[in-house]
Amino acid sequence: MLKISHLHVNYGGIKAVRDVSFDVPDGEICTLIGSNGAGKSTTLRTIIGLEKAASGSITLDGSELIGLQTNQIVTNGITLVPEGRHVFPDMTVLENLKIGSYMRKEDLQEDLNWIYDLFPRLKERSWQAAGTLSGGEQQMLAVGRALMSKPKILMMDEPSLGLAPIIVQGIFDIIKEINKQGVTILLIEQNANMALRIAHSAYVMETGELTLSGTGAELLKNDAIKAAYLGGKK
Amino acid sequence: MQKNKKISKNFILTVIAIAVLIAILGFLQADSINYSYAITIIERSCIYAVAAVSMNLMIGFAGQFSLGTAGFMCLGAYVAGILTMPVEIRDQVYYLYGMAGWLHDIRLPLIAALLVAGIIGAALAALVGWPVLRLKSDYLAIATLGFSEIVRAICGWDGLGSITNASYGLSNIPAFKNVFEAVGICAACIIVMLLMIHSSYGRAFRAIRDNDVAAEAMGINLFHTKQLAFVVSSFFATVSGGLLAVFLRSATSSTFTVALTYNILLMVVLGGIGSVTGSVVGAFLITGGQEWLRFLDQTYYIGNFQIPLLRTGFRMVVFSLLLMIVVLFWNRGLMGSKEFSWDGLFGIFKRRRKTK
Repeated sequence: MLKISHLHVNYGGIKAVRDVSFDVPDGEICTLIGSNGAGKSTTLRTIIGLEKAASGSITLDGSELIGLQTNQIVTNGITLVPEGRHVFPDMTVLENLKIGSYMRKEDLQEDLNWIYDLFPRLKERSWQAAGTLSGGEQQMLAVGRALMSKPKILMMDEPSLGLAPIIVQGIFDIIKEINKQGVTILLIEQNANMALRIAHSAYVMETGELTLSGTGAELLKNDAIKAAYLGGKK
Repeated sequence: MQKNKKISKNFILTVIAIAVLIAILGFLQADSINYSYAITIIERSCIYAVAAVSMNLMIGFAGQFSLGTAGFMCLGAYVAGILTMPVEIRDQVYYLYGMAGWLHDIRLPLIAALLVAGIIGAALAALVGWPVLRLKSDYLAIATLGFSEIVRAICGWDGLGSITNASYGLSNIPAFKNVFEAVGICAACIIVMLLMIHSSYGRAFRAIRDNDVAAEAMGINLFHTKQLAFVVSSFFATVSGGLLAVFLRSATSSTFTVALTYNILLMVVLGGIGSVTGSVVGAFLITGGQEWLRFLDQTYYIGNFQIPLLRTGFRMVVFSLLLMIVVLFWNRGLMGSKEFSWDGLFGIFKRRRKTK
């Protein structure tokens, strides 16, 4: 279980994350929703060690992650699909996937087959330069690449960003499928509707603080959430 | 099955190509007095190819714009020069300063001396890289350029006269035994770098070049990876400096100015940033090109009429013009970021035939 307690993160003088605490139980899909600049991405980047926490603690199955280097955190079983996909455009699809397993030295074929089963499209295109893929395919590749590190917890930063609705649906189906196969998922979304539908637990973040929490279904029905994020009327 | 056939065909072609190369070198070597000019060009090109590939490793693959090559080459030239110079001649070379006693009787065979030079270069790179690699792009370039000049200044400094012979430099360094030794060492260096580029380290280099955010999220340690690229690149830059000293049979700090770095950068850019083949081709074209154009430096007469423009120095004007044309039409370098392959070579012919 990933446990975040009393986390504070500052950017210069700006307090981007203030006293945030939440748990991501094993095997669940957990989502953080909230508007732009609420501190969601910063939270994820702090968990993986790309930002420094000012105070607080982040533990994975009881062991502290704050102070570890990103590569150590990845080895511990957490991986991040960065916002905006960030595939390596000049490398082939296969090379991109291999980069994902950079921290592991064992045989990769089995894992590659697993990824290719999840995303048959990537198998067809394994020799193509990643920069020539469509947006949806690049997102699949970014997810596949992250899965190559065999994570216990997969964190995704805005997987639906800039994708057509029908492709977003596909991505979310795959997220559910990955979760069924035993990977815990921590998802950040502005597309709150989709995220809440698949989430077991959900948190709402506003200006650096958690303001609401509950199961996905509960928050979907919540009037304040409807008004703020789902386009409903008060 | 089909794939196996293809690989074996390419393998046979490669073996044939290597055999032909060895045969040509053997032919030149057999009559080395008559062909000394050709041998000189080949050796010089090979040595610059090692330097260019090492620079490409850093700039083209790891994406770190480092311009310290000449400094490391200077270091390599001095270390290899001092360690290979015959003991009996040392007092004569160091007649002014007198050679330091502890160093006086240490002499190593060429390959061992080059390895020692490379290791010293790599260690220095690790030390310098620790603060310097925190910088990015042009700042990194300025810092490494400064470092390169510092090395050069130290090598020419009076205070170290008993080691480096200061401004008199080193001379009487034993030359390569034959062209095979020179080309063989260079080929070995380039093959090692190629293997590195195609390993998972090479992928990590390209990952930090293309997208450092994603690379970091994949668990690649940015700093360690940059450091590794810098150390390996510097190792081979230092070795190439040592080779250059052996080739020139002398080493003086004035050889290793910033202009040398730019010359090598030119080879990298002309060949294609991110292509090992390109760097090798660039090294041969630039070294060879400057020689082939030498006819432009002579004055010709038709009867009493002197052909205008052709005079000493005109060669470099034409050379610079040619460079500009190449850069205009192949602005990603001759090879782009592609590598040589037999399939690629035949592909060009096939496409040509189709268009005709």
